[in-house]
Amino acid sequence: MNRTVNQKAWFLVLPVLVLVAFSAVIPLMTVVNYSVQDSFGNNQFFWAGLEWFEEILTSERVHNALGRQIVFSAIILAIEVPLGILVALSMPKRGFWASLSLVLIALPLLIPWNVVGTIWQIFGRVDIGLLGWTLRNLGVDYNYTQNALDAWITVIVMDVWHWTSLVALLAYAGLQSIPEAYYQAAKIDQASRWSVFRYIELPKMQGVLLIAILLRFMDSFMIYTEPFVVTGGGPGNATTFLSIDLVKMALGQFDLGPAAAFSLMYFLVILLISWVFYTVMVNLDRRGER
Amino acid sequence: MARITLSGLAHSYVPDPADPDDWALKELNMTWQDGSAYALLGASGCGKSTLLNIISGLLAPSRGRVFFGETDVTDAPTAERNIAQVFQFPVVYDTMTVRQNLAFPLRNRGADADYVRRRVESIAAMIGMEAELDRKARGLTADAKQKISLGRGMVREDVSAILFDEPLTVIDPHMKWELRTQLRALHQQFGHTMIYVTHDQTEALTFADRVVVMHDGRVVQTGTPEELFERPEHTFVGYFIGSPGMNLLDAQVFGDTAWVGDHAVPLSGNYRPVRGRVQIGIRPEFVSLTSDGEGLPVEVSRVEDVGRYRIARAHHEGEPVNAVVAEGAAVGTGRARAVFAPERINVYVEDWRVAPEAEQGRAAR
Amino acid sequence: MSSADTTDIPGDLAPDRARARSARRWRPSGSTLVMVLYILFLMLPIYWLINMSLKTNAEILGTFSLWPRNPTLANYRTILTDASWYMGYVNSLIYVVMNTVISVAVALPAAYAFSRYSFMGDKHLFFWLLTNRMAPPAVFALPFFQLYSSVGLFDTHIAVALAHCLFNVPLAVWILEGFMRGVPREIDETAYIDGYSFPKFFVKIFMPLIASGIGVAAFFCFMFSWVELLLSRTLTSVDAKPIAATMTRTVSASGLDWGVLAAAGALTLIPGALVVFFVRNYIAKGFALGRV
Repeated sequence: MNRTVNQKAWFLVLPVLVLVAFSAVIPLMTVVNYSVQDSFGNNQFFWAGLEWFEEILTSERVHNALGRQIVFSAIILAIEVPLGILVALSMPKRGFWASLSLVLIALPLLIPWNVVGTIWQIFGRVDIGLLGWTLRNLGVDYNYTQNALDAWITVIVMDVWHWTSLVALLAYAGLQSIPEAYYQAAKIDQASRWSVFRYIELPKMQGVLLIAILLRFMDSFMIYTEPFVVTGGGPGNATTFLSIDLVKMALGQFDLGPAAAFSLMYFLVILLISWVFYTVMVNLDRRGER
Repeated sequence: MARITLSGLAHSYVPDPADPDDWALKELNMTWQDGSAYALLGASGCGKSTLLNIISGLLAPSRGRVFFGETDVTDAPTAERNIAQVFQFPVVYDTMTVRQNLAFPLRNRGADADYVRRRVESIAAMIGMEAELDRKARGLTADAKQKISLGRGMVREDVSAILFDEPLTVIDPHMKWELRTQLRALHQQFGHTMIYVTHDQTEALTFADRVVVMHDGRVVQTGTPEELFERPEHTFVGYFIGSPGMNLLDAQVFGDTAWVGDHAVPLSGNYRPVRGRVQIGIRPEFVSLTSDGEGLPVEVSRVEDVGRYRIARAHHEGEPVNAVVAEGAAVGTGRARAVFAPERINVYVEDWRVAPEAEQGRAAR
Repeated sequence: MSSADTTDIPGDLAPDRARARSARRWRPSGSTLVMVLYILFLMLPIYWLINMSLKTNAEILGTFSLWPRNPTLANYRTILTDASWYMGYVNSLIYVVMNTVISVAVALPAAYAFSRYSFMGDKHLFFWLLTNRMAPPAVFALPFFQLYSSVGLFDTHIAVALAHCLFNVPLAVWILEGFMRGVPREIDETAYIDGYSFPKFFVKIFMPLIASGIGVAAFFCFMFSWVELLLSRTLTSVDAKPIAATMTRTVSASGLDWGVLAAAGALTLIPGALVVFFVRNYIAKGFALGRV
């Protein structure tokens, strides 16, 4: 794309700039402000320097939440990406069944996140939920409110239920862009099913899969509502992920300083990882054009 | 390698075709001789790609059978038919190198590594891509990619047939000529049956031993380039082949004379009485313009110089009549008379050619 | 010699057509199995929610049954006749629609600028915009609360709509830019030569060309604004309280009114299902954000 140089284009970007500045920069400045001050109530603030950052960096509680967060994101990516690809490959290509599967698959994505939590909270209960009740009657000692492992499994299955469709739809979009001639050529070349996947479908899905992984990574790293509704971060702190911990700190205990320092570092970690993704994506794009 | 026979073949993309227009391919019986180079010529949407995909097994025909040699392959999948096909737009495996691309069809059939290497190198030499063999296919230009597709189509020596579906669409004009020449050379060298789909008459006439012209889901004529030029069996062939196409005039035919309105046009043979819409067709090459005397009165509106000869665009009562005029011959716009060479006139009834009695008699004997 | 022969299609095609049909007849395959299992997995929890919403509390807690024995709409009646319940839906829809309109309106010119012009700092600006999509709402919850309280916007629809712009505007810019890149520049130039002014060109010619992109962007804004809870709950208390928050509070207050909770949840599925149904033919393209 050859774009002409035109500094007046800034005027077109201005509304976005003002809006995002209002809803992002000002709050972010507030956070920065809090992160370097201490307060003893009464809106009196004192310069605290990097004290809060040190506290957060050495806090075992934050370390644990970060560890849980990384494990959680890794697990759900490891499940959702292959499963999403499998579903995309299995979807009907056109016609009534394709439309129907699209609508059904997209449905979980449009459910408010706390309702997702509520659905699974009910579904997993051993007294009134289909899943919990079935497991209990099969003799499995399952209880997500008591047992940390059960809580983890429930939260992960819930996330897979909620978000695999996003990966599947993105991958499906990638598959739809493959011209029929590629499959025909593969038939003529006697390529195996695996070769078709490896050399035709996967390369064409590469771009959208990167978007999918990026989105899923970011959103899973920020997950709050769904596990909060189901487990409240428990039992104990078993499912207290970073956002849950942060909200507990900021709104629950009103520890503004540490919460603000926590926020900034949290944001930076996501930015850093996303930047790596972004660079990889842009480089891949460029390699494709060369 | 094998002769390909199509028997009672027809195809429709709609589930329950009622109207003749629902058939993308109307009933067709024909044989493709082993080792010949065919061109399948027609305008877009005439059913030529459908026919090609049925032969390669990518499409199951609604009815009819396909034989390779004596074997019925109608229900056989593409892989079992052992054919190669090159598509209109380049199909390359982006993540592979050029070498891996070319080797892919051989490797999938479990060919010996040493053989694969030699074969890939000779094909690379033929398509002129030896230097790029170890580059990724991804960043190459469209015509380089299409050359890889062609190479992949030709890499196997044991194929029953090689099918080309307008393979040179994306190639530069000068490369087109070169590649076509190479395909031709390859054909002479290995004797593969080749079927080459195109909508470009020059491509068809220069590539093929025999040209199969399709129109509206039917094969309207199969023949050598000369036959198509001199004896178009259908008005479409006359119109589609040649530049400009054949002149067609509504006429009444009695015996050895055609009447265009009040004007008599002599024919070379006697015709039996015919019914339906009758037209006479004459190629512009066999029309001469005179300023006086006999011939159909025409109004010359324009004379175009196209290099080695000139084309006079004229009209007879609103119907176009074109004539090819040799370089240097005097011709101007305005009134003129058009004289048709009688032995070059073909008579068409409802778009199909009818032969004069003498010819029919010969055929019967 | 080869021969070509053509005849008309005879009317009786029965034997061959039967063969063709049976060859292409649907048969269960691995793909079908995967789809059936996956959709079953997606639908079971939703079915269970609807199942529960049609039962009374006594039935939910007393007997375990796969379908309601005495189906009742009492739970839905409770919600649809109580303003504190149904206003939750109204509030949610108000701020979702406001957010969608604002996000798409400001994103359109910006996406045009990014797709057509190169200007100082454009790449940095684009990346900075995207970083806002990456900001955890939890980070912004408290500062938003303070910011909107201080300008007197706390507990209004516009506050939530503006807050959701944080992640929806960057997304809308991104999606629209992808679609606009697909429109050749020549169209712009032709329009200018024809004497169109920029605003007239943009509205009359350009926007219809990227209509599907606008639809997709609006769909995503709607979706993310509709499903978000953390910010919308933090920024509202009574007047603009969204349905999602209404649900959580009722749970903690009345404890175990499972039937009403399930009915409220089931009702939140409807807007999403409707939106998906209308955009079903654009979903595949839309989820690729115009980049396929």
